[in-house]
Amino acid sequence: MFTIFKKEFESYFFSAIGYMVLTFLFLIGSLFFFISSVIVNNSSLIGTFSGFFSLTAFFSPIITMRLFSEERNKKTDQVLLTAPVKISSIIAGKYLAATALHVVSISVTLIYAFVISKFSSFDWPVFFASFFGMVLVGSAFISVGMFFSSLTESQVVAVVVTLVFNVLILMLDGLLYSIPFKFLTDILKNFSFTEHFLQSFPLGMIKFKDVVFFLSVSAVFIFLTSRAIEKRRWS
Amino acid sequence: MVEVDGLTKRYGDHLALNNVSFSVKEGEILGFLGPNGAGKSTTMNILTGYLSSNSGTVKILGFDIMENPIGAKKNIGYLPEVPPLYPEMTVISYLKFIFGIKKIKLKKEEHITEIMANTGILEVSGRLIKNLSKGYKQRVGLAGALIGDPKVVILDEPTVGLDPKQIIEIRNLIKDLKKKHTVIFSSHILSEVQSVCDRVLVINKGKIVANDTTNNLSKQLKNKYALRAIIEGKEEFIVDLLKSIEGVECVEVLDNSKTQKDVNEYKLDVSGQKDIRRDLFFTLSKTSNPLLGLESSNFSLEEIFLKLVENDSKDETSDKKIENNKKENEDLARISS
Repeated sequence: MFTIFKKEFESYFFSAIGYMVLTFLFLIGSLFFFISSVIVNNSSLIGTFSGFFSLTAFFSPIITMRLFSEERNKKTDQVLLTAPVKISSIIAGKYLAATALHVVSISVTLIYAFVISKFSSFDWPVFFASFFGMVLVGSAFISVGMFFSSLTESQVVAVVVTLVFNVLILMLDGLLYSIPFKFLTDILKNFSFTEHFLQSFPLGMIKFKDVVFFLSVSAVFIFLTSRAIEKRRWS
Repeated sequence: MVEVDGLTKRYGDHLALNNVSFSVKEGEILGFLGPNGAGKSTTMNILTGYLSSNSGTVKILGFDIMENPIGAKKNIGYLPEVPPLYPEMTVISYLKFIFGIKKIKLKKEEHITEIMANTGILEVSGRLIKNLSKGYKQRVGLAGALIGDPKVVILDEPTVGLDPKQIIEIRNLIKDLKKKHTVIFSSHILSEVQSVCDRVLVINKGKIVANDTTNNLSKQLKNKYALRAIIEGKEEFIVDLLKSIEGVECVEVLDNSKTQKDVNEYKLDVSGQKDIRRDLFFTLSKTSNPLLGLESSNFSLEEIFLKLVENDSKDETSDKKIENNKKENEDLARISS
């Protein structure tokens, strides 16, 4: 598993993808920081983190698109699937590599925190709660992207489908208000990423149900990925 | 070493493999021969656990590929039709990666260097795979398959797309493998199989049509030989005449563009050791049909192969013809009544 993790993580930087994603995230993230903290003299990073939350939804498909589709397209999956490793370790290696890149990309917030702490009092515990929340959100988005990547040979299809899915997730809260049936809203509300992230982590709260929610999303999509790969052998 | 029993694989409605069984002994090079689309790659993909079969079992050194995939895969080195290379990696980092995922407990640097030396890729070890020529890519793939000294090495058409010099080099490499490994090797080129393999398995449309040593296969048809004769005379008459000669099994009129009226080239398949050339001459001279040319040929492995494959498809088509004829007759009977 570690071998696969290492290879996947390194390969982000063999190609332009790793650098591209990091550059754009750092640029746009810093813009969020500038607008929501620097200009308005605000020592909290709530605005920045909610910005990163949406950014993750848009950038995670780029991180995950190649995970399985490229392997399948170039038939390099043959080397993985005929090696004496379990499918679960292949998936785990890839999932962790993508998550690691995500963690690197949100680490830029550490700089923002450091800058603020130089000029005013800074609430570090709240920062770490937000950071932890972002790791969970990112890993959940990555599991979704990985699943769609395992369904298709084309990276373009993978990225588009994942993007559509992620946008639907972001829009879920807006949609909830337009649904007239209360019981339906109540059920769907439980699946809202926004609800589980923005209402707790950036405010400094780590709620058990939110942690479990994001971990479950990851678990479900990792499981679906393993089924998708297993199914390919039988078709 | 390798036991395959009753493999069947379907892709939807298409039956890719139909009850394929064979076994390979230690230190043997088995050639897998068949036209394109015969099921060679499918068989190999099942042997290596990349695909699952619909029924049947595969055992590698006693490990069932379905029940104990890790144990079986540890003993297999596989070079698929398209070498599974990561273009953005260097040769050495690719081989280190393979070393890692195969969980090998040998000395890493030494082992990789040894394999690179054996496959002749030491001088390109630091280069990116995407910049290598096709021949080198093939060798890197082969090196990947050999990492960890697996007992069984499976190579899927390793010489396709290489230039003649590279083909010979790869063939020699494969022959060398015999010392340490059991090799299963597929190809649609006969001379290759003939020169490299101990035993040949001919597969066509998902079925095994022959499984024997190359020598035996040639022997099987050694008693038979073919004559090509150019004879003047009415085609039907000559065919009947030729068939009446003892030892002639089948007569075929070759589709040559006619240069002279009533002159045709005939192919005679002859069974038995008897030389029929004299009989042929006297038979023709009796009826005053001049013999304009005569040439004899033994069957090469190429022809054996074509015969095996043809026979197989002929059986099917003749079955169909009979069915069609039956239907026509029934229709005619209905119309006349």
